[in-house]
Amino acid sequence: MSTRQAWIDGNEAVARVAYRLNEVMAIYPITPASPMGEWADAWASEGRPNLWGSVPAVVEMQSEAGAAGVVHGALQAGALTTTFTASQGLLLMIPNLYKIAGELTAAVIHVASRALATSALSIFGDHSDVMAARGTGCALLFASSVQEAGDFAAIATAATLASRVPFLHVFDGFRTSHEIQRVELLDDATLRQLIPADLVAAHRARGLSPDHPVIRGTSQNPDLCFQAREAANRFHDATPQLVQQAMDRFGALTGRHYQLFNYQGHPEAERVLVLMGSGCGAAAEAVEALMARGERVGVLKVHLYRPLAGEQLVAALPASTRAIAVLDRCKEPGSGGEPLYLDLVAAIAEHWPGAPPRVIGGRYGLASKEFTPAMVKAVFDNLTASQPRNHFSVGIHDDVTHRSLEVDPSFNTEAPETFRAVFYGLGSDGTVGANKNAIKIIGEGTGLHTQGYFVYDSKKSGSVTVSHLRFGPRPIRSTYLIRQAQLVACHHWDFLEQFDLLELAAPGATLLLNSPWPPEQCWAQIPERVRRQIQAKGLRVFAVNASAIARASGLGRTINTVMQVCFFALAGVMPMPEALAAIRAAIHHSYGKKGERIVASNLAAVDAALEGLQEITPTSASSAPRAAATADEPAQPLATPAHLEAAPAFVRGLVLPQLQRRADALPVSALPCDGTFPTGTARWEKRNIAEAIPVWEPDLCVQCGKCVMVCPHAVIRAKVAEPVALVDAPEGFRSTAARDPHWQGQSFTIQVAGADCTGCSLCVEVCPARDRREPRRKAINMAPQRPLREQNRSHWDFFLSLPNPERRGLNLHHINQQQLQQPLFEFSGACAGCGETPYLKLASQLFGDRMVVANATGCSSIYGGNLPTTPWSTNAEGRGPAWSNSLFEDNAEFGLGFRVAFDQRQARARQLLRQLASTLPQSLVDGLLEADQSDEAGIHEQRQRVAALRQQLQPQLASEPATASTTTASELLELADDLVKRSVWIVGGDGWAYDIGFGGIDHLFATGHDVNLLVLDTEVYSNTGGQMSKATPKGAVAKFASAGKSTAKKDLGLMAMTYGHVYVASVAMGARDEHTLRAFLEAESFPGPSLILAYSHCIAHGIDMAKGMAHQKQAVDSGRWLLYRHDPRRKHQGLAPLVVDSRAPSLPLTEAMASENRFRMLRYSHPEQARALTREAQQELDHRWDLYQRLAGEGPTP
Amino acid sequence: MSNPLATTYLGLELSSPLVVGAAAPLSSDPARLEQLEREGAAAIVLHSLFLEQIERDWQEWEHHQRHGAESYGEALSYLPATEPLHLGLDGYLAEIREARRRLSIPVIASLNGSHPGHWRDAAAAVAAAGADAIELNLYAVPSDGRRSGAEIEAEQLAVVREVCAAVPLPVAVKLSPWYTSFGHMARQCAEAGAAGLVLFNRFYQPDVDIETLDTVAHLELSSAIDQRLPLRWIGLLHGRLPLDLAASGGIGSGADVVRMLMVGAQITQVVAALLRHGPGQLRQIQAELIGWLEQHDHAGLDELRGCLSQARCPDPEVFERAQYLRALSSYGGPLW
Repeated sequence: MSTRQAWIDGNEAVARVAYRLNEVMAIYPITPASPMGEWADAWASEGRPNLWGSVPAVVEMQSEAGAAGVVHGALQAGALTTTFTASQGLLLMIPNLYKIAGELTAAVIHVASRALATSALSIFGDHSDVMAARGTGCALLFASSVQEAGDFAAIATAATLASRVPFLHVFDGFRTSHEIQRVELLDDATLRQLIPADLVAAHRARGLSPDHPVIRGTSQNPDLCFQAREAANRFHDATPQLVQQAMDRFGALTGRHYQLFNYQGHPEAERVLVLMGSGCGAAAEAVEALMARGERVGVLKVHLYRPLAGEQLVAALPASTRAIAVLDRCKEPGSGGEPLYLDLVAAIAEHWPGAPPRVIGGRYGLASKEFTPAMVKAVFDNLTASQPRNHFSVGIHDDVTHRSLEVDPSFNTEAPETFRAVFYGLGSDGTVGANKNAIKIIGEGTGLHTQGYFVYDSKKSGSVTVSHLRFGPRPIRSTYLIRQAQLVACHHWDFLEQFDLLELAAPGATLLLNSPWPPEQCWAQIPERVRRQIQAKGLRVFAVNASAIARASGLGRTINTVMQVCFFALAGVMPMPEALAAIRAAIHHSYGKKGERIVASNLAAVDAALEGLQEITPTSASSAPRAAATADEPAQPLATPAHLEAAPAFVRGLVLPQLQRRADALPVSALPCDGTFPTGTARWEKRNIAEAIPVWEPDLCVQCGKCVMVCPHAVIRAKVAEPVALVDAPEGFRSTAARDPHWQGQSFTIQVAGADCTGCSLCVEVCPARDRREPRRKAINMAPQRPLREQNRSHWDFFLSLPNPERRGLNLHHINQQQLQQPLFEFSGACAGCGETPYLKLASQLFGDRMVVANATGCSSIYGGNLPTTPWSTNAEGRGPAWSNSLFEDNAEFGLGFRVAFDQRQARARQLLRQLASTLPQSLVDGLLEADQSDEAGIHEQRQRVAALRQQLQPQLASEPATASTTTASELLELADDLVKRSVWIVGGDGWAYDIGFGGIDHLFATGHDVNLLVLDTEVYSNTGGQMSKATPKGAVAKFASAGKSTAKKDLGLMAMTYGHVYVASVAMGARDEHTLRAFLEAESFPGPSLILAYSHCIAHGIDMAKGMAHQKQAVDSGRWLLYRHDPRRKHQGLAPLVVDSRAPSLPLTEAMASENRFRMLRYSHPEQARALTREAQQELDHRWDLYQRLAGEGPTP
Repeated sequence: MSNPLATTYLGLELSSPLVVGAAAPLSSDPARLEQLEREGAAAIVLHSLFLEQIERDWQEWEHHQRHGAESYGEALSYLPATEPLHLGLDGYLAEIREARRRLSIPVIASLNGSHPGHWRDAAAAVAAAGADAIELNLYAVPSDGRRSGAEIEAEQLAVVREVCAAVPLPVAVKLSPWYTSFGHMARQCAEAGAAGLVLFNRFYQPDVDIETLDTVAHLELSSAIDQRLPLRWIGLLHGRLPLDLAASGGIGSGADVVRMLMVGAQITQVVAALLRHGPGQLRQIQAELIGWLEQHDHAGLDELRGCLSQARCPDPEVFERAQYLRALSSYGGPLW
């Protein structure tokens, strides 16, 4: 029996087993399952063997549908095969799952279960995905903990080989897939004993072979097909027993015993809860606590859900059971109940001996909603009612259909001997990593059971992380967030103002602050509301200036070492000398060969942390001295920030609670019923996350507009105004005479929304103007934000009050003028320095007031549409981009649907207009029907005509009685706005365009419809953490390409050009911004499909994001990325449609590649491969350059 | 028939005085090393391992591994967790092993650094990996005006002493000419245990762009004019110190090699000519050298080595500073 332990999460626990038990893995990234594929790829690139001594083939596919096809094929060819997936990915596999199961093919597919996208996408965990696959014929085996997930990966493999029924091995997304626990690992010897060699041989023998050919996958007629489906019954019937046998064998080998259904509770329970997955941990904890109170309750944990062994399920329930509540972690609208409930009802009806117990069902934990022992108690309490509420929900407040149960939040089952700590970290400050490290140190050093769960943010910059750590002598089953912590650590001072982080502090707990203040000032600087909470709860407060210590020790902004030391010093979970020794050992282990300076810096930080940690006691320095708070004083509610006082009710009612991290308490009525939200809410957030913000120097500025253009967050804006308009400007508001003759006599200003800035400094990097006496000083420079905050706010507010320029008067081909257009995409949560968002902002400036966006799932759908706030916004007339996200794979089709609908609506409007022509001024009708809407002026005039049309139609509606003409007028009024051009933009990343959505894009091109595709090409799946796509260049290292991408980047633009009628542009703003602008204008004006490939630098490239635009230029200078425009209209002028706008490559490719870590990494891991791929890439680049020259009619003819 | 080009350097038997000098483009690709050997390289100095750069590379690696990590739920990292087995010293050692495996000629490792640090460990590891000798490259821009020349020289000599004591290999020291008393520094290197000197180091020099007001870096390859400085100092030192002297800078023809041998060089290091013309230039230089020897009836290099050193040349003063003034005064070209 293996005794080796590791502190790992569920994904790794599963991957460690699945990797060794398979020969082929077909993978595709999807949260939260991606890490399993990443582990597999990384191990394969290192040459790590599986159980049989071969390195598994790991194949990334273009979609989960593709992955399922490979799985099916590899299984048919006799290989042990798996894949990892979740959510929509599993849905894409369903057609193959029916095939694989129908053909009785042994396989295990590991699913980190996740919610399905309905009215909104959610990356979080529930069972709606696997429940959608319950009819496929696959077995469904549910693990409820990290340990079980690892164990069941092995048990499922043994069972599938024995039964020939394929398995979905399910564990809860995030709660299990990302929770860190101590896991007993399975060694190879155990796995060998568990997986019989003869069953593996039998599986292989069933593979297709020309040496003993068979035919499989026939088409059958009505005479046979039904019988064929029934012919497999005995295999499904036998499966539960075979699973139990595998479990028993596993138990004998490891000492960990499982049953199909595990009952826990009172042997003569009257009330029993039935559920699956991670919620079982909280339920078991609650049952134990209720039993201690004398209640006869129990919980039945379902492991094998399909094939459902109804008789055993019933037999597992105590005969004393009088009432059962079945909890489903999914929702099936319109059904008679959720799946597990209905199955249990059926099982009881069929198998319960005598008078059956009452059975009710309910929903819990959708999309990782918390599920606590208090909620379990509420469910048990419901069962005691004379008429228990059926089809209930628990964990939310349903004030609309009143199906939710009341929960008593004071019910607490946390073991007193368990130490609980909660840490609030900012972005990637190292908090989470340090906590993962602490779990290992404590686990190894003390033998305590440990648990770590981490709540991440949906923002990609300035995010908040919350780490929940438990340590205790007994196994930790608390599958819910900590409610009463003995230690709360606040790693970023501003959090004290922003949300109620002491809500989780238990009375008498310790508060650890990373404080920028000297100890003697610290108490006074703590907000009054928090001070009173500290007093009321009797907290001890400690502070350390971790940021200063980290800086002084040479660790930059990484405060994790300092805060970790302070945590150990205060937590007392292990003796401090041992803890320090372990921390120092970990430092040597992590950094030993990385140079003595980095080791010395960390060791210095350890010592300085201990010296710098100070207890803070209340002082009279309080700004508002009042009597100390008493223990029963409730916490004051968080104040509404001043800038939100004038916000719309929607923002105050729904957005603010999210920002203050208290939206779990919002009732159902607060939410829209169909996922429809107002746009433009990001402007209310004011995150203040930048340490430094740009400051404009009017005397140096050449007013080129470049800084405005590249700003990824639209925080830098320019305006011109009559000097008189600036008379009332607040003090310090900067302006200067406009340089462009177009605005002669007017004043020019650039202002910065400091509270919305991420501090990326892209603007400073692109600024071309320097002080000739002091060249370090540019026309825009970074300066610390905090001292500027107040003044900046007033400047920004005043700036917003200045009128925007008349759009018709701007020359859009000149960046300095074009950039005065109001962006209708602002303040997104994208990464600081994002390379994608400047393109979206540009499109919103140019076309936002008539723009409809179909957005593929990915980075752009997250920073574009992830609550709490969204960046797509409106102008003063209330117009702006309308935005929607359907799925990942269907975005081209989704956007085509927009186009077809708009065309249809407009055609109908024109038809109605013609019908009413005799009642309307002829010039108006002609104008509306023949309008040239190819530019701003044309759009403006058409809007004027539509307004006139409305005025003309309104009186016609008043005529009584209604006539046919009235009806026509009424319908035309409804559709009048459709007479104005609709600009359809289909937006997504390269994962969508090159891979999963390519089929749709290709078909869209073929239709010839007038849409604009904007591909934000980061050359990886950025949103899921940088997995390889077909856009990844040769020689780059990415996840799923750990050994370097060995094939060339797909030339999507060239493919599109072959249609002949598609406008194609390849742009890189950082290389030539005016080219980008021109391409956008041309693409939008092209009356057919347009494709813009926009090079977007990305955090996954391993670059200094502040220099992202310079990296774009290097990509172009080396010829790795070409600038070109392919405009079919040029053919009418007798010209070649393709114009190559790049100059001949002037930078060696190897030099451009060496500047990005994604390429350098290969030199560090596979230097031979790196050299070979670089050589090939240079040759391919040269060939491509020649090809494009010839296509443009500029190169030598072949 | 004996090889007329045979020579020794740092105690190593070489087939000729044509040694490929340290330059990443020449020696970072093992396949290119084989090509250089085929073209006649007698030994190869591998590109330099910059000790300070190792720390920076690791810090950069760490930065990119952590940047943006562990904060956004869908992407807890942005780069794969592959082990960088060839980053820093480990990578350099692998290159030495690979070079040793592929080549029959001596392989000389080059260590470059400016401060005391991991020299001893790095040198020992390099020796264990199979290098035949070590070239210590001590140059750094002494930009700290608070430190005296004596202080910096003492520190550098301590490094030489430390490395020479730590490894069983011969050690050559590559120096810049920017010492107040270069001859004294050279002597002290010998006393610290060095077996040879490589004269001279050559570096990227910054430039400025007067329009963009920015600094720019240029790579300018050496040319024949760059031979003068090493020629002078090899001529001055030859026969006076127990050191093998290697000429580096501007060597591009057989005549260049002869010139350096005559002033006393044991070998010549070729870099720029190979970068300009490719590895085949080695064969060209070798042919020219053999031709010259045959034409002048020399049977071996020792016959001419040092014949024009200061100790043996007909006009020893020509090597000394005053000669510079005479050269100017004898200048007969146009003044403007």
